[in-house]
Amino acid sequence: MAAVVEKTDKPDKVVELAKVPEPAPLAGVRKVSRGMVVGAVLLVWLVLFAVLRGKHTLTLSAADLTDLHRWFNDVNDSIGANRNSNPLFLYFFNEIRLVIDTLVTFVQELISQPSGDRPVPQIGWLGVVGIAGYVSWAVGNWRVALLAVAGFTFLGVQGLWQESMDTLALTLSAVLVALLFAIPLGVWAGLSDRFNRIVTPFLDFMQTMPTFVYLAPLTLFFLIGGASATIATVIYAAPPAIRITAHAIRSVPETTVEAADSLGATRQQALLKVLLPMSKRTVVMGVNQSIMAALAMVTIAALIGAPGLGRTVVQALQSLDVGTAFNAGLSIVVMAIVLDRVTTAASTRAKAARSSKTRFLAWRRRLLGAGAVVTAVLVYMSHTYVWAAEFPGEGGAGSSIASAADTTTTWVQDELSGLTNAVRDTLTNGLLNPFQSLLTDSPWWLVGAVLIALGVVFGGWRAGLTTAVCVGLLVGTGVWSDGMTTMALSLVATVLVMLIGVFFGVWMGRSALVDRLLRPTLDAAQVMPPFVYLVPFLALFGPTRFTAIVAAVVYAAPVAVKIIADGIRKVPATTVEAATSAGCNTWQIITKVQLPMARGALTLATNQGLIYVLSMVVVGGLVGAGALGYDVVAGFSQGQLYGKGLAAGLAIVLLGVMFDRITQAAARRAGA
Amino acid sequence: MAGHVKHWRVGAAGIAVLALALTACGGAKVGDDSSGSDSSGGSAECGTFNLAVNPWVGYEANAAVIAYVAEKDLGCKVVKKDLKEEIAWQGFGTGEVDAVVENWGHNDLKKKYITDQKTAVEAGSTGNEGLIGWYVPPWLAKEHPDITDWNNLNKYADKFKTSESGGKGQLLDGDPSFETNDEALVKNLKLDYKVVYGGSETALIQAFRDAEKNKKWLIGYFYEPQWFLAEVPLVKVKLPDYKEGCDADAEKVACDYPVYKLDKIVSAKFAKSGSPAYDLVKNFTWTNDDQNVVAKYIAVDKMTPEAAAEKWVEANRDKVKAWIK
Repeated sequence: MAAVVEKTDKPDKVVELAKVPEPAPLAGVRKVSRGMVVGAVLLVWLVLFAVLRGKHTLTLSAADLTDLHRWFNDVNDSIGANRNSNPLFLYFFNEIRLVIDTLVTFVQELISQPSGDRPVPQIGWLGVVGIAGYVSWAVGNWRVALLAVAGFTFLGVQGLWQESMDTLALTLSAVLVALLFAIPLGVWAGLSDRFNRIVTPFLDFMQTMPTFVYLAPLTLFFLIGGASATIATVIYAAPPAIRITAHAIRSVPETTVEAADSLGATRQQALLKVLLPMSKRTVVMGVNQSIMAALAMVTIAALIGAPGLGRTVVQALQSLDVGTAFNAGLSIVVMAIVLDRVTTAASTRAKAARSSKTRFLAWRRRLLGAGAVVTAVLVYMSHTYVWAAEFPGEGGAGSSIASAADTTTTWVQDELSGLTNAVRDTLTNGLLNPFQSLLTDSPWWLVGAVLIALGVVFGGWRAGLTTAVCVGLLVGTGVWSDGMTTMALSLVATVLVMLIGVFFGVWMGRSALVDRLLRPTLDAAQVMPPFVYLVPFLALFGPTRFTAIVAAVVYAAPVAVKIIADGIRKVPATTVEAATSAGCNTWQIITKVQLPMARGALTLATNQGLIYVLSMVVVGGLVGAGALGYDVVAGFSQGQLYGKGLAAGLAIVLLGVMFDRITQAAARRAGA
Repeated sequence: MAGHVKHWRVGAAGIAVLALALTACGGAKVGDDSSGSDSSGGSAECGTFNLAVNPWVGYEANAAVIAYVAEKDLGCKVVKKDLKEEIAWQGFGTGEVDAVVENWGHNDLKKKYITDQKTAVEAGSTGNEGLIGWYVPPWLAKEHPDITDWNNLNKYADKFKTSESGGKGQLLDGDPSFETNDEALVKNLKLDYKVVYGGSETALIQAFRDAEKNKKWLIGYFYEPQWFLAEVPLVKVKLPDYKEGCDADAEKVACDYPVYKLDKIVSAKFAKSGSPAYDLVKNFTWTNDDQNVVAKYIAVDKMTPEAAAEKWVEANRDKVKAWIK
């Protein structure tokens, strides 16, 4: 803790350095001098590194603990020992658990698990497919209804019907619970700036804290199984819904609100009749993001006994069965794509419905009624008859997909491993190792000062202050050295993400066809559980830090690509035409017009790329990245390392907050 | 409103027709068949048996066989829960887990849950002997036979260098939940190696598979009984002999790992419940070879754990008989 106090006076030193760019009046001059300051900071760093290498590095070996870590352990142990006598448990946590468990069990008995005397759930596959199709049609359109029916049938054809329904049941329960809290909190955050400021750090924390850190405590509080899995999922899935709801409320035009006010509407009326209806579309997008986040948790939840597809993936990983893992992963992807398209269609529907005329509406109502009747019949059939309750067939499609995946992986492994090893060694020795040793072998105070200086130069005073606080707390966690190793990895991964992002983003932004072809692949890469591609990546790159980087890039690049493509597309067509008529060639247009004008999108892409990369740090720990990721996994696996795992989780959050504040402040500057 | 009523009438007629048509081709009704009923008769006596399944295939083999016998011979309702060790032990106190059926050491957990919290009790050996140590791929042991003695390891340190090992030889370790003294061993035996953490058993197996296939230099942590040894028979490296108490101080360990007598742990409540499933768990013992056979069915032949258990149990009825006397 002393370190934190010591840290607070650190910015003073940096003040002198960073003051240089501030007074410069002209934008051009200012940019040059900012670059020079960065150069100067780096030069000082390199010189001091050469002199002080290996001193004050705060290294801690894998089994060593600090007092803070031991204290976390003691707290954890005393909770476990007292859980049956503590009134907080008996009357609070146990009650919450009971409610959520009842909800989850109810949904499971409805669609996935045998209930009572019945060997099958209440609603069989035919009923579920019917409901999926009907609901998609009612809230969206017939095209997504068709997609939903095809998608759900595919789950059965793969031979994974029950697993898929377990996953669906957990996802639905978690999203339901998440929205119950998220929408009111989001509305509140949308109405009150103060509450928004208070809640934002908590949301950041919930999203960046690695799930592994709180899985073990969750089972301590809420026992093993569905309830804990649901709560873990809620923690991760609620923040996007809160943020997007708040954003939706904020983006209702002020004039509309003023008009309502002048008509004498009360606060409540304004909220219910104006703000909420007008932001409905965006709120549905929040629901969508919640669902996607919940699905991303499926494999992690399997580690504390949640049934479903995640369990299949985790089990397959034990025997390195890529095919089976891919099968289950594909089911998760299909489910995600169906749910994504349906909710997206639902969000645009509200607008479409308003513009359509009443005659069509009457027809539609009649059709909806008939559809409801047909669905009811399907549900009844699936409740009564075995053939409609249990998905027919042996899931042959699943095993052929699995063996195709196996064959492909083996071929790729055999053919490419020479090449991939060369790439790995070049990048590791040429870029990663020097950078990492610069970060880990420099004294901690030097790296801290450099980070704060860069924070001030890129993001301004407030970002510098945040960086200072984060650096102080990072030292306090006792895992500084591992934190720096992870930072080196993350920054290298982010550089790769941005290279890919710019290349494909520009390509997609310039061509609608490329966009349409690439988008499904990007969606799949984001939703496919990383556990599925760990085995092939391990075969290609071995258990190394580079494997972790590749896994992070696969997960983070799609976001960057999408954001950059969007930015490129928003560059006004007239500007591009003007440049073309002035005789610019394609290369010049991209580098001189489109990329500079999409600068805001590039910064946002860097920000999101980094945050996504950081969320893969723990997965990296499973494939040889060591550092914070390994600490977190170890904390989840071994009681005496629990406290260290928690500290490592906090360190990841701190790195995330630090990068986020700097890049966001930089983005605001770039935009201004 | 009028339109509404009319539409409902049409709709009602619609269901009638549809329902009739579908009932005609209907088939078996849920609850008609006998498959669901015969298990419920026996389960009254045994009740529900919550079996933790820790994440490695050898454990899964134990669990599959015990679950199969409990279900088929004792009529229990077996609920398998996939959990890491630490979480599974937590479950003893909360009634979520009845038994852990392949425990490796874990003296810290034994102290916490058996001695201090008294929520768990030991239920005897599984009959399996666990070996932990350093292994090399077969091709390497064949080409350099002296590599299987730790005294010669420094001679080869250069060959084991990787991009991860910072100029020293790499000793690859696996999942953080494994019992390991490797960092202390490297230091105390003055070996020119660095322990690199693969982070998962998957990483370890894939690395050894690759090393054997492409003749790469690799030395790493591994253990038996393990199904992977049936695919690639790794060779164990000899470390200084284990003597009682030589691993007492974790910082000063300079000897081989002891032979672990793998055992079973059950919740205190389950031990007193009088459930026939408890007697089964208590009596269950088999050999490393037995486990390897079932593990191979699961991991290499890709059978489901249930099918693998059925195949082994039906072929070894005499052994099973001793467990359920």
